[in-house]
Amino acid sequence: MKSDFIIQCIDNITNCIVESESEIESLDRVIGDGDHYINIKRGALAVQSIKGDLNHLTNAEAFKKIGMTIMSSVGGASGPLFASFFLALSKEVSDNDDLHKFSLGFSRGVESIMQRGKSKLGDKTMLDVLIPVSEKLQSLVKDGCEKNIMIKEIDLTAQAGVIATKDLIPAKGRSAGLAERAVGHIDPGAKTCQIIISTICNQLNKG
Amino acid sequence: MKKFLNQTDNFIVDSLKGYAKAHEDLIYLNLDPVFVTRKEINPNKVLLVSGGGSGHEPLHTGYLGQGMLDVACPGHVFTSPTPDQMISAIEYCQPKSGVLFIVKNYSGDVMNFEMASEMITFDHQTVLTNDDAAVFNSSYTTGKRGVAGTVIVEKVVGSLAESGSDLTACKVLGDKVNHHSSSIGVALSSCTIPAAGKPTFSIGENEIEFGVGIHGEPGRKREKIKAANLIVEDMVAAILKDFDEKSLDVKDPGGILLLVNGFSGTPLSELYLIYNAVAEQLSKKNIHISRSLVGNYTTALDMAGASITMCLLDDEIKKHWDAPVLTPNLRWGN
Repeated sequence: MKSDFIIQCIDNITNCIVESESEIESLDRVIGDGDHYINIKRGALAVQSIKGDLNHLTNAEAFKKIGMTIMSSVGGASGPLFASFFLALSKEVSDNDDLHKFSLGFSRGVESIMQRGKSKLGDKTMLDVLIPVSEKLQSLVKDGCEKNIMIKEIDLTAQAGVIATKDLIPAKGRSAGLAERAVGHIDPGAKTCQIIISTICNQLNKG
Repeated sequence: MKKFLNQTDNFIVDSLKGYAKAHEDLIYLNLDPVFVTRKEINPNKVLLVSGGGSGHEPLHTGYLGQGMLDVACPGHVFTSPTPDQMISAIEYCQPKSGVLFIVKNYSGDVMNFEMASEMITFDHQTVLTNDDAAVFNSSYTTGKRGVAGTVIVEKVVGSLAESGSDLTACKVLGDKVNHHSSSIGVALSSCTIPAAGKPTFSIGENEIEFGVGIHGEPGRKREKIKAANLIVEDMVAAILKDFDEKSLDVKDPGGILLLVNGFSGTPLSELYLIYNAVAEQLSKKNIHISRSLVGNYTTALDMAGASITMCLLDDEIKKHWDAPVLTPNLRWGN
């Protein structure tokens, strides 16, 4: 992990989110309140606007700055959740490509989302992608898995997670007011997380 | 989409600038970060801070002033404000008697206000409003939503804070007014978020959404439109059932405060027609209306529709409801 890799990811993630506008929007209009894409895009653009400042920072400082930028630009439910993730992650990562530390930081980040949102696996939220990805990451790192296989496994886990939200009954977020009406629809927050994770996986494949 | 708009990104700031100019005798607008306060801050009283996504005007900016709120933090349309807005506003006000946050129960609002409260050094408490009877309290919900009853909470607690009561007393009264309030809304049309450019939901020419939320979130059921008296009958029944579940007696001699609230796309004539229907039905049930308010107080952008809120009054709530208030959108007794 290096700041320049993070910066490349920021550009790619922003592009992928913008390209997925109609998909994310249509999901949110069915079971949310229609603001998810706008908020996520605002966050991505805000992070992109500070990418030049990240060059001189350590990984930990860069993730902290990303977290603070998201906190003060996104709002809604996504803002505090994504911000909590990056702030928790920033407390664990180091500068020497230590995958153990990164995977620990990732799971701390996911835990802080669970705490902030008072949610768990199966609530039809972003956590239905993030928790399986975090667990997969821990076990692959522990087993000393080869890089290419790891990337592929993580990507597949994220995609399976997002599809699994389709049949779940929402317990959190504005779609909770819909309960059964939301069954059969993918959760937009889970979809956004999968897009971000898949984009990073693609970037890692190239690198 | 057809709206009065310059650039979509500037929609809220352009509107807030107009608000600040039109009411420059009452409010102060800060732009970076965005927050609005009363013109004259009294640092010795409990600071009442509210906020939430924009699009519900006059909630909350229209209720800044003597006898009501001190600070409002507007977010983007239907998107909660960010913690730095609340933190900067509170630091600007330097309160000496603590901060009471009044927050509508939506996950985004709750989380952003929670982050702000963790990052300030001032004493603080939070009143979470959840007066919407539409969404059932079950393990599958985050609880009920906060809607038009929030206006009553802000008015009543605003009066108590003005009288010099302490933070705990304000928190206790806020919780009581919220508990005593119950609301239900019906939408006739969708609303359109400027940045989205399209209606949030689609609804047939002859359909209504019963139990709609103030962001156009679906409620209990989609049904065919019928006579207003019949729609109101369902609304009153939903509220009375909610009071029943809360073990509150609406036949209490103190009576109720009846708020008929428009979502902004429905004319006053229809709101008064609704008021008449509610009044006739309550009269048959021997429920006494002792205070009333009719108008657009908690809106949903351009949505057509209305909500009914009933608040069970006791002497304390009635006294603080009647107390003088001087804000851009609620003023009496001055």
